[in-house]
Amino acid sequence: MSHSLRGKSAIVSIGTAGMGEAPGRSGIEILAEAALNAIGDAGLRVADIDGVFSASSAHAFPTTSVGEYLGLRPSFFDGTMVGGASFEMHLLQAAMTLDAGLCKVALICYGSNQRTAGGRLVSMSEPQWHETPYQARHPITAYALAASRHMHQFGTTREHMAQVAVAARAWANMNPDAFARGPLSVDDVLSSRMVSDPLSARDCCLVTDGGAACVMVRADRAKDHLSEPIYLLGGGAAQWHRSIVTMPDLTVTAATESGSRAFQMAKLKQSDVDLVMLYDAFTITTILFLEDLGFCPKGEGGRFVGDGRIAPGGKLAVNTNGGGLSCVHPGMYGLFLIIEAVTQLRRQAGERQRPKVDVALCHGNGGHLATQITVLLGTRATL
Amino acid sequence: MKNAPGQPNPTRHAGLGPEAQFQAYLAEGRFMIQRSASTGKHVFFPRVAVPGTGETDLEWVEAKGLGTVYAITANRAREGSWNVALVDLDEGVRMMSRIANAETVAIGTRVKARIELLNGQPAVVFDVHSAVIAR
Repeated sequence: MSHSLRGKSAIVSIGTAGMGEAPGRSGIEILAEAALNAIGDAGLRVADIDGVFSASSAHAFPTTSVGEYLGLRPSFFDGTMVGGASFEMHLLQAAMTLDAGLCKVALICYGSNQRTAGGRLVSMSEPQWHETPYQARHPITAYALAASRHMHQFGTTREHMAQVAVAARAWANMNPDAFARGPLSVDDVLSSRMVSDPLSARDCCLVTDGGAACVMVRADRAKDHLSEPIYLLGGGAAQWHRSIVTMPDLTVTAATESGSRAFQMAKLKQSDVDLVMLYDAFTITTILFLEDLGFCPKGEGGRFVGDGRIAPGGKLAVNTNGGGLSCVHPGMYGLFLIIEAVTQLRRQAGERQRPKVDVALCHGNGGHLATQITVLLGTRATL
Repeated sequence: MKNAPGQPNPTRHAGLGPEAQFQAYLAEGRFMIQRSASTGKHVFFPRVAVPGTGETDLEWVEAKGLGTVYAITANRAREGSWNVALVDLDEGVRMMSRIANAETVAIGTRVKARIELLNGQPAVVFDVHSAVIAR
């Protein structure tokens, strides 16, 4: 039964490093610093790590690169690569592996220097031969196509999408770790440089440096660690296509399936969720995932975000770190969703801390709206 | 010898895989897509079997060449702007393409295929099919 993983494992520590700009440091150096921060946060030693989970746009064999760098001899490792959602998959893989007894202490980690190393998104994603003649500029072309269709079909506007960026910035302004801070208005977004109609520069996520890591153990061992354990309550994955050309309906993502699978495992519903962390590679993705994960009806996402509902002071707390749009996006962002969820669930989010957070949803998106993975995390009160 | 639209042409370019066969037809000035003989279902991009059901009885048929714009974006870059569109062919398959001689067009615009050299390689592009009202 899929729900057998509910509450069986817990994140006992998190760490970040090099958030924003980390000049002069390599990706694996940033990753290692984040990993050491997480290992120390848990009161663990490096040698305690016997499970390694990582994905990378710069390392063909990420788990061996990480293991070698930190001097680990893991008994289990997984380098599943599905783009930015890889780390939500790693969380699920780690939970299964811990439950099966194949490792005891799982490290999930990522690091990249792609802002200071070049300032452009780094990807090992290969071109699709049937797309090549048309000079698509992925990922933005794929997301712009989805946005164009959502606008056509549901009356979503550029102003609606701009509201997503404005809300993210307002949250970032309360997060000292966020890279893009300062005022941002709907007009600022609308008047920023058009990159790929209908998406302007401010509809797109940042390209930053940054590393993140978390350590996961079996729930019955979680009490041995220094900080408050955060439990994996549910997880679900779904994958429908590789190329945007074969996505069946550009307004409906596989999050419809990953979300319902995660809620089913966790025995929770949308109204139980106190914090929603959505992979906001572009403003349209926040709108799509609010719909597909059941927080508003299909087609209503634009109007749903239109009145400051997901901004500070709104009814639904979404992307309280500032998201990929304004906090951090070092090529792949999935692990940073988990970092913010754990920070909020532990009530350590400072000025942006939500008053009541017991359940957080993290939704990872990978490739061109292709791989969707939803995880639900909770405090001890939710067990 | 040219087949009528919709009629199978099973023997050309035998020995090549579907991707290479598609390209070889394009080089001859022909826009061909696959169709399963048993189910009548069309397939694009070209593959060795119908996705999801696995029939391998795919034959090449000339595309009718008419379609509808499903989604579109215009890339804006220093070197200029160009559109990238997803076009739903009347046969029921979708492909990426370009709407020629237009910065962008409305979703729902009816378009007609032709083959043009893009960066020296033959590729299917579409022109606005003005005789048909956009839906």
